[in-house]
Amino acid sequence: MSEFLQQLLNGLSLGAIYALIALGYTMVYGVLRFINFAHSDVFMVGAFIGYYMGKLVPEGTLWGGLAVLGVAMLGCALLGMTIERLAYRRLRSAPTLNVLITAIGVSLLLEYTGQVFFGAAPRNFPSIFPVRNFQLGGIIVGSNQLIVIAVSVVLMVVLQLIVYRTRIGTAMRAVSLNPKAAVLMGVNNDVVISFTFGLGSALAAAGGILYALNYPSIDPLMGVMPGLKAFVAAILGGIGNIPGAALGGLILGTVETFVSGSQWSTYKDAIAFAILIIILLFRPAGLLGRFTVEKV
Amino acid sequence: MTKALRSLLLPVLATAAFTGAACAQETIKVGEFASLTGKEAAFGQSSHKGTLLAVEELNATGGILGRQVELITEDNQSKQGESATIVKKLISRDKIIALLGEVASGRSLEAAPIAQNYKVPMISPSSTNPRVTEMGNYIFRVCFIDPFQGTAMAKFAKDSLHLKKVALLTSVSSPYSVGLAKYFKETFAAIGGEIAIEQKYSEGDKDFKAQLTAIKAAGVDGIFVPGYYTEAALISKQARELELNFPIFGGDGWEAPQLIEIGGKAMEGTYYSTHYSPENSSPAVQSFVKKFRARFAGETPDAMAALGYDSAMVLADAIRRAGTTDGPKLRAALAGTRNYEGVTGRTTMDPHRNATKAAVVITVKDGQFKFVESIAP
Repeated sequence: MSEFLQQLLNGLSLGAIYALIALGYTMVYGVLRFINFAHSDVFMVGAFIGYYMGKLVPEGTLWGGLAVLGVAMLGCALLGMTIERLAYRRLRSAPTLNVLITAIGVSLLLEYTGQVFFGAAPRNFPSIFPVRNFQLGGIIVGSNQLIVIAVSVVLMVVLQLIVYRTRIGTAMRAVSLNPKAAVLMGVNNDVVISFTFGLGSALAAAGGILYALNYPSIDPLMGVMPGLKAFVAAILGGIGNIPGAALGGLILGTVETFVSGSQWSTYKDAIAFAILIIILLFRPAGLLGRFTVEKV
Repeated sequence: MTKALRSLLLPVLATAAFTGAACAQETIKVGEFASLTGKEAAFGQSSHKGTLLAVEELNATGGILGRQVELITEDNQSKQGESATIVKKLISRDKIIALLGEVASGRSLEAAPIAQNYKVPMISPSSTNPRVTEMGNYIFRVCFIDPFQGTAMAKFAKDSLHLKKVALLTSVSSPYSVGLAKYFKETFAAIGGEIAIEQKYSEGDKDFKAQLTAIKAAGVDGIFVPGYYTEAALISKQARELELNFPIFGGDGWEAPQLIEIGGKAMEGTYYSTHYSPENSSPAVQSFVKKFRARFAGETPDAMAALGYDSAMVLADAIRRAGTTDGPKLRAALAGTRNYEGVTGRTTMDPHRNATKAAVVITVKDGQFKFVESIAP
């Protein structure tokens, strides 16, 4: 029983990170109807900002950790907005495929520029938050796992409040529903889309730092696998749907952990993706997604 | 970027080398492929520094057969598939007479069939998987092989660490890890130990908590991790987070300063087997350590550096004895290597072109690598 609970905890903390990255994919899709493949590399840049910032603050303090988290989120928000301004904005009226290819290009650009600037060798991520272990019944709860879950929950609640309780959130939903009508109603689409990219990238940065905290070896290609998983999580939950992305991330993280801990650990990715295929066979729009008919 | 830069510079350098060499005698071109960047960069860098030191030393003392040695090094970025490409390039374009490399067995296995095919002698400094030299009679190595290393660690675990129930955590995507795990398991079971649980991971994985939780539930008193240093450090770290405070141990894939950098305090009380220890007081080792430190800003050479050095020196010795750089003759001379005194001990090529050498066990204590014991073959 304690093994089951321990695995569940491991799975939830991994899933919470997937969920944070998945939110970025889903929000951009919700507003622009395209998959921002560069998202997983913004995640990587977030971890690297954390790495350099982590050297400036004293190790193992709560305020230092939060400061690093804040700076990385801000830095990546700017990066996300810059990418949108330089690469995607001109293609707003172009076919989705063109934007998709551009996104892959931006992704490769970030990865290999990263290799030039940061070097290809893995680096050790500093432990920026205090590290303690807690005994809870038979299971061991690491402070990093708690931080991952706590930060993720807080960020998701904040995101939900922004989207449903603020003017800019209302504008985001309006653009998502019908961009042309939103313009006619006086919404500045450029600002809204820019904001969406900033918000999504900030969440990716948070995901990057939390990931690096738990698995403290970072390199420029570190975003590829988690990015892919988060993308799957976003589809699993129903792309464009915010609670769906969170749910998808948690399911994927938990399944992956349970498979890893069993005899079939080598098949963990295969099983995770098989689940995606099965769910999409029965619910093509994802778990919480709504099926919309595309008008031609 | 480096690659692009190199491709731009290479023609220029090649012309320069050619015009330079035209006046003197033609240089002896030796190719080296190494993981200079990427996940196992620490291996490639160390091994390359050792090889470079050997080549510089050879050239400073008049070269081999009165000719200077030109070392042409290519980087495979620690990636699968890359070694084959660069080795083909080294052989067909640079016309190398012998090939030195790699540390990782998986990447040596990629290059070996190509070297064999073109009849270019290849010496792997530190690939320990037995299959590497089985690829053909042109493939050699200057280190011990995994059946010995696995046996040595099994005996060490049983006799010195007094472990009875051990877990195995193997990387399924690395031939090195799979092979070493197999030989460890066979011996450990044969001498009365028990392998309570076997867990697996793939290269590049970062989350091992699930496997470690399953291992914890199995109630073992040690974990054997026959992988490479990045994963070994992360595994140890996550194991300590789950309060698994027993010995974790592995093979020579652990040998890199990054092990302690990434693993930190979690590495205390871990052990690994390797090829040499810089603490060895023999004059050969001490003079090598001194030369290496002088050349590379005070860095202490690890086993990969020592083997990289020995691989180049064994090649030089064979060229001298052969009196030529002609492939088949050089191959015969290499196969005839007997009692060559190197930094990592005496090298004698057995009929399967492997060297038989002693292993040493290293532990981490107070953030430093410390010699524990030496295990004779």
